[in-house]
This record gives sequence, structure tokens and C-alpha cells, in this order.
Amino acid sequence: MTVPTIATDDLTCVFQVRQGVFKPKRPLKAVNGVSIAVNKGEVLGLVGESGCGKSTLAKMLLGLQKPSSGEIRIDGEPLTGLDRRAVARRVQPIFQDPYSSLNPRKSISSIISLPLRVHGVGGPADWERKVKEMMDLCGLPHRAYDGYPNQLSGGQRQRVAIARALVMRPEVVICDEPTSALDVSVQSQILNLLLDLQKELGLTYILISHNLAVVQHIATRVAVMYLGRIIEETDSETLFRAPRHPYTRALLDSVLTPEPGLGVPDAQLGTAFPNPIDPPPGCTFHPRCPHAMPVCRELAPRPLTVGGSMVECHLHDPDHNGQGHNGAVHGGQGDIAAQ
Amino acid sequence: MKEPGAVSLEVENLTVSIPLAEGTLRAVRGISFRVTQGETLCIVGESGCGKSLTSLALMGLLPAKAVRGADRLALHGRDLTTLTERQMSDLRGDSMAMIFQEPMTSLNPAYTIGNQLEEALRRHRPVSRGEARDRAIYLLEKVGITAAASRLQQYPHQLSGGLRQRVMIAMALMCGPDLLICDEPTTALDVTIQAQILHLLRDLQREFDMAVILITHDLGVVARMADRVAVMYAGQIVETGTAAEVFAAPTHPYTQGLLQCIPIPGRTPRGEHLGSIPGVVPSLIGEIAGCAFANRCPHAMPACRSAPPVRDLGPGRMVRCVLEPEGAAARQAELA
Amino acid sequence: MSVVSNGLPSAQEIVGPTPGQRLRRRIFGHRGIVLGGLILSVIVLMAVLAPLLAPYDPYAQILTARIKPPVWYPGGTWEHVLGTDQVGRDYLSRLIYGAQISLLIGLFAAALSGVIGTAMGVAAGYFGGRVDLVVTFLITCRLSLPVILVSLAVVAVIGGSLEVVILVLGLLLWDRYAVVMRASTLQVRSLDFVAAAQAVGCSTWRILVSEILPNVMNQLIVVATLEFAHAVLLEAALSFLGLGVQPPLPSWGLMIAEGRNYILFDAWLIAIPGIALFTLLLAVNLLGDGVRDVTAPENRG
Repeated sequence: MTVPTIATDDLTCVFQVRQGVFKPKRPLKAVNGVSIAVNKGEVLGLVGESGCGKSTLAKMLLGLQKPSSGEIRIDGEPLTGLDRRAVARRVQPIFQDPYSSLNPRKSISSIISLPLRVHGVGGPADWERKVKEMMDLCGLPHRAYDGYPNQLSGGQRQRVAIARALVMRPEVVICDEPTSALDVSVQSQILNLLLDLQKELGLTYILISHNLAVVQHIATRVAVMYLGRIIEETDSETLFRAPRHPYTRALLDSVLTPEPGLGVPDAQLGTAFPNPIDPPPGCTFHPRCPHAMPVCRELAPRPLTVGGSMVECHLHDPDHNGQGHNGAVHGGQGDIAAQ
Repeated sequence: MKEPGAVSLEVENLTVSIPLAEGTLRAVRGISFRVTQGETLCIVGESGCGKSLTSLALMGLLPAKAVRGADRLALHGRDLTTLTERQMSDLRGDSMAMIFQEPMTSLNPAYTIGNQLEEALRRHRPVSRGEARDRAIYLLEKVGITAAASRLQQYPHQLSGGLRQRVMIAMALMCGPDLLICDEPTTALDVTIQAQILHLLRDLQREFDMAVILITHDLGVVARMADRVAVMYAGQIVETGTAAEVFAAPTHPYTQGLLQCIPIPGRTPRGEHLGSIPGVVPSLIGEIAGCAFANRCPHAMPACRSAPPVRDLGPGRMVRCVLEPEGAAARQAELA
Repeated sequence: MSVVSNGLPSAQEIVGPTPGQRLRRRIFGHRGIVLGGLILSVIVLMAVLAPLLAPYDPYAQILTARIKPPVWYPGGTWEHVLGTDQVGRDYLSRLIYGAQISLLIGLFAAALSGVIGTAMGVAAGYFGGRVDLVVTFLITCRLSLPVILVSLAVVAVIGGSLEVVILVLGLLLWDRYAVVMRASTLQVRSLDFVAAAQAVGCSTWRILVSEILPNVMNQLIVVATLEFAHAVLLEAALSFLGLGVQPPLPSWGLMIAEGRNYILFDAWLIAIPGIALFTLLLAVNLLGDGVRDVTAPENRG
């Protein structure tokens, strides 16, 4: 069995949050026992809405945030055993906002060569050569070499960020909403670039996005996060064809594809908004779930793994499954992916 | 005053120019459209196309330096270009209302929800506080906020983004406007909340029989919400039509290109290149000779160096392009 | 290596000036900066070239030519353009040498307090947590100290001199630096490029110096000009009270103090150094305001 390139084991991150000047701090479980494994060359799509913990998870995978408990392993080695430089050589980020991810006071060459200089790889001549190589790979003209970020467009800045991330040839790239802040026509350019680079350099991606259409297009496997836990994980095609968790179903139902005449779906989620500091008891999704059962209010569902798919939902748990809700949960308008 | 099908807003040759140190930025370069009662017009375009400035121009909320010009700008036949600021201010919130993108900053954090809702009504109508309060509760319930009476006491920071946007919608509806302008109302919201808010907007539009102008960059939103679509590029409208027409038979190369860029689950082959539009939007400072899209268009030809003609393809359907509209389907097939 | 070409940007797109060019353009277009800079340059030149410019030795007392009026008064001569003081020292020469004192004090005190305040502020902003708590506490303590009284006390114990004044002011005037640098650092710290530098494996020191500091430099310069003016003014006040620079040094504040008794009839003894002080501080403030104006739009956009 191959060792996954990057994997986590029951990873948890708890923040102590101040509620007010005189109130005691309360724990916020941003990430609550997450276990994932990504093999070389795969693209894991991490999907979830605000407050689900995906950004915190990304920070932990990059070594920028210390987990409260649990383990992260890169090529089988625990992250804690590696020093910061070693982690940096293996895992690199691409952030969402191209306007804040580049230091405005540094030239493009300085930005892209930063990893080379920090790790002392070669000399100035090597740096220039490698930087220009990366710029070619990422579709940046050599003219930009001595330029500054304020002279570039959003799409070009994102290319610079990609070049910086890849100049040391890392194994894993954590893409945190890499195209959300870009225009549609630029998004597709960047997505195509990411696809090409993955094939060219044999990269492994963890793609964090709220845009399910993008995730479906690029990812091989998808994990859905809700309030700090992964509530469903399976391969990309199965997730979009036959989602099992009601939240996944609602997410997919809410995707607005550019097909006129279908109207706006009603995912029947209600207006209750989960508070991560004070999560609902039992299954954290039950206040918004159209299929909630009495057991959902009391007992947190356990992860059920069948083949390569995992789901945490009582509806699929034979122990609690009074009504026989087997298989996929069908929502109002039918499967989006089925054509 | 409001009959279904009556023209609510008429805009002809609207321009917005902003003088800068480097020259005059012509952000909106002559757009014309109309919206009828009960209809949703979506203005779609990417950043820099001028769509947000258009909405501000309609409401008279442009920054001080910006210059607005129009051959015609009329709300229910009433000319807006000759109104004073005071008269415009009376109209805003009353006959025409606006919803903004950022729910976090659109509400005043120093006042309660109830306070802001009531003020929105009492600014324009001589009603008592009790009546204003009743209307506020009525609208909060209409936008799907439970326990409306107790919500009136809450402050904006106590609500989530989705709830704040609902409150914004309720505030816009306090005086029963004829025209509702929504500038990227759901861009900052989560996917599931976005669907809820849009669903709500649709329902409210039908119930209150408003004309809605929805400005967005998201083609999915346009497809699902629009009755009619206007595609903006570099300060001009390059294509209009019903949603069905524009999506099924996009005629302008920009529209065609845009639709190719979006992955559609189930249709776009996984892992393969998406379509893309090379290049970037040209600078809008100073004059642009000819078609603004020419430097990115796969079908550009010498004729594009002069301003492209506006082709009338039927009632409410137009495209601003030199190419023959009949060949559009073939050109689109080339892209796919 | 294959060239991945999806929309290679066309030639027109790498446009716009570099940050350096833009800054230079803005600086020379701003009247406050140009005016302030000009005046300050004149004063600096005056201080540097003092030995060449001053017609007399500022310490030379000519007791037969005491309290001679400046040239534009009746009785004034061109021999002593700005007159003489109560022990016959040429006022013009004292004024010129006095510039040295004021500039030295302003510069060194601002620099010393700058180093202390910036280090504290940046550390508080970057590390947060306990470091922030300690620094904030120290700032609060410092803000509750009346600077003049403390300086007076110290000088009264140790004795006044140029070095003591610089040291005391430098060790007391760091509070604004700390507050402003802390706020700016907090802002910059939350930007993604700092996280990217951390993810690349940069050491903390490198991040502070290479990523954070260049981006808070603008605010630092503004505060530095303010504290320069503050230090000069404080020194004048201390000298006036007799506990700053000691005579016979030609500090402008001391000159004002020494001329105090003659204010009714020989007002120029106070007016001239007073105007000189005012001009220096005006120039420095114009410069500081200008720097803030010029760099602010960049921060916003």
C-alpha cells in the first residue's frame, strides 16, 4: 500500500475565544477530528462554507498553525518532526487574494526567488535562471521580472503567487480558493494553468473552494466539511452523481449552473445559522436538516466507510436507520450532474 | 401608477466619466436599456466593465468627481436628469431602492435594526412610529426572519451575513419601491445562503410587482434569475436578450467566450482545459478606437477598428458587433 | 520546458510606474514637502557650514558691545547684523551655531526613541499575546508620566548637558512610535504575503525586517518627523527652565531664556531665536504632513 503524500489523523484545533471583557474564554473547535489522506497526483477538493474550518485546516497543513491534537504526516513522516524549512520544501500555499499575497515593496523577481534565497539553493545566477523558468511555466512575460505587483492585473499576480509556490518544486500545494477573487475569464486561465502544472510537475493538490463546479472539474476526490468535521468524503464523480449527506445535497442543489429556465432552487435549509462556539448537540447539522430524526438531536453520527466513500449521517447508519433511507438522498430538483 | 408591463425605467445613452490625473476615465460609454414592471433585468459583466457605476449613476450616488450624462433617464416617465439632489433624495428609498454587496458594512452598526427600518419608512411617509414598526415586522417576516418583533431590538453585529442581507432587503422594501437595484447582492455570501436570498428576491419581486435590476458577474445567477440579460464589456452593452436567447444562442464573441469559461458539472469534461479569453480589458482612460473587445476577440478583423454597429435582432435583442449574427452558432461550435 | 500559454498577457499590460517612480512624482508635486524640505535643507546647511558662515565666534564676549540692536533698528550696524546679546556675543553667529544644537538633539533623540519604540511596537503587533500585553502596559505607564517633570528630575540629579538631554528625551519619547508601529504591524501581519513568507520557511527575523518593516516605513517616517519636532521643542523648554543644555552653548531655547529679562525693550533677543525655532518646526511638520499625504493614497489603493 502506498504511503499517502499528505495525511491527517484525527486532527483538531481548538481556539480559546474571548466572549467579552468580563466573560471567561470559551473553546471554539475550528477543526474537530479530521482524518484525510491524499495520494500522489491526486487532487482533493475540500468544500465547505464559512465557519467550517477549512482555512484553519489549511494553515495546519502548511505548518502555520499548531494543532491542539492529532497528527499530520507528509510521506509518512509526522509534521512535528520536521523543521520549518523541511515542511516548506514539501508543502506550499496559493492564497485567495492576489492583492494581498504579494509584498507590494518587492519586485517580482524578488518575490518568486524568495524560497530559493531562504533555502540557500544555488547562487544569484541560478536564482535568475530558475525564476525565469517558472515565469515561462506560469505564463508570465520576462518583462515582468523587474516589475512590481501594482503593475500587474489580478490574474498575473496570481500567476506570480503560483510561480513562487512552485519554484522549489514542492510535493503538495494547498490552494485556498485560488480563483475566487478573479474574474470569470481569468479564473479559467488560472484553472487551466493549475491543471497543466499538476501534470507537468507531478503535484498533489488540496483545493479548498466553495465553488462546487470548479471542484467537480478539477478534483479527483472531494471532502465536505461542516463545523469542523468532514461529513462526507468520496470520489468526485460519485459525490456529484449521488451525494449521501443531506448537507452535500443542499450544497449541490444550491449551485446555480448557467442554465436558464431552471429557476432558483430551495434547498430547504431554514434560516438557523450554526454558531461554532455553541454547536448544536448530537449531529451539528440537525437544526437545518430536512430529514432530521430524533436520534440526530442526541447522538453524533459516526463515520461510516464503504469502499472509498465515507459519510457521517444517521440516515445511512443501519443502527439508527428506522425508516430505511438507503442510498442517495434526493432533493427537490433532481440530480444536477445527471445528463 | 404601476401597471404590469409598464416601462419602469428608461435609460438612453448613459455615460459616466471620472477625471483622473492621467486623463478622463470613461467608465460607462453610452448604454441604453429599459426595464418593465415585474421584470428582472440582469446586467452581467466582469470587474471594470462599469456595471456598479451604472447602478450608482441611476440612483444619483456617484462620487463627487464623476460626471453623469444621459440622453434620457426616466423613472415612470419622470425625468431624473433634471432633479435636484433633494428631489433625488426623496426618490431614493421611496420609488427606487438599492441593495449593496457587503452586508457587513451596509447597515449602520450604531443603531438597532428596528431603528433603521423605521427610519427608512418615516423619511418618506408621514406615518406614526407604531405604523412604521408594524410595517417593519411585516417585512421582516416576509423576508423569512423569524421572531421579527424581537429582532427589531438587535444590532447588526448580532446577525449573520445572510440575515443582514435579508434585513437590507426588508429595508429596501419599506416604502414599496417600483424599482429595486441589487448590486452583487449575494457575492459575499455562502452558496446555500445565496440560493436562499435569490429565491427570496424572486418571490418578493412577484409579490410586490417590482422592476428589478440585478447586477452581477455570476452567470449562474443571471441564468436563474433574469428575465432579460444585458452583457456589459468595457463600459458598453454588447449584447441583450432574454435569458433563454442569450444563453442558448450567444451572439457576441465575448458572451460566447464567457460561457466557455465556466465548468458545468456533467457537461464539461473533467480534467480538461476550460475555454478562456486571452488578454485583459483595455484601459478605459481616453477614447477607445473601434471595438473594445477586438484585442481579445478570436474573430477580430480590420473592420473592428471602427466602432461596431448595433445590430437589432428582434424585440429586446441586440448585439454590438460587426460580425454577421447568422454565423454565431457556427462560431460558438468552433469554441467548444 | 513547455510554455503553458493560456492568455499570455499582451504588451500593453505591464504598465504603470514602479512604486519608486510614483513616489518620486508625488513627492515633487506636493507643495508641503517641497517647501518644508527646502527650509529644512537651508537650516541643515546652516548648521553644517556654521564655521564658514558665522562672522564671529559664538562664545566670544565683547563686553563693550552689549545688547546692540539688529541692523534694522535705529542704532544697529552691519557689524552685528542681528545685534548682540547681554554679554556682547554676536547673535547671528549664535543663531547659526544654535541650529547645530537643535538639529543634533532632534535627530538623535528621534532616532533613539525611534529604535526603542519601533522595536516594541513591531514586536507587540507581530507576536501578540503576552508580548503585546507587556508592551501595552509599558506604553500606558509611559503615557502617564509627565515628560517635562521626569526630564527635570533626571537632569536635576545628573546635571544638564547636551548628551544628557538627548539621552533623556530619547528614552522618553518612544510612545507614539510604539503605538503607531503596533497598529501598522497588526494591519500588515494579517496580509497573505506574510503567511506566504512563513510558509516558505523564512525566519521570524527575516519576516520582520524584509516583509513587515518596508511596509510600515511610511508611518514610521511620519512619526519620526513629529517626534523630531517634539524633541526640539522639549529641549527648548528644558533649556528655558535652566535644566537643559547649559550656557554658554548657543541653544535657541537657552537664548530665549537668557533674553527673558529684556522682553519689554529689547524684544529681538527673544524674537529671533523664537522665530528660528518656529521656522524649523514648521518645516519639519510640513515635511511630515507631506509624507503622510503622499504615502496614504498608496496604502489605500
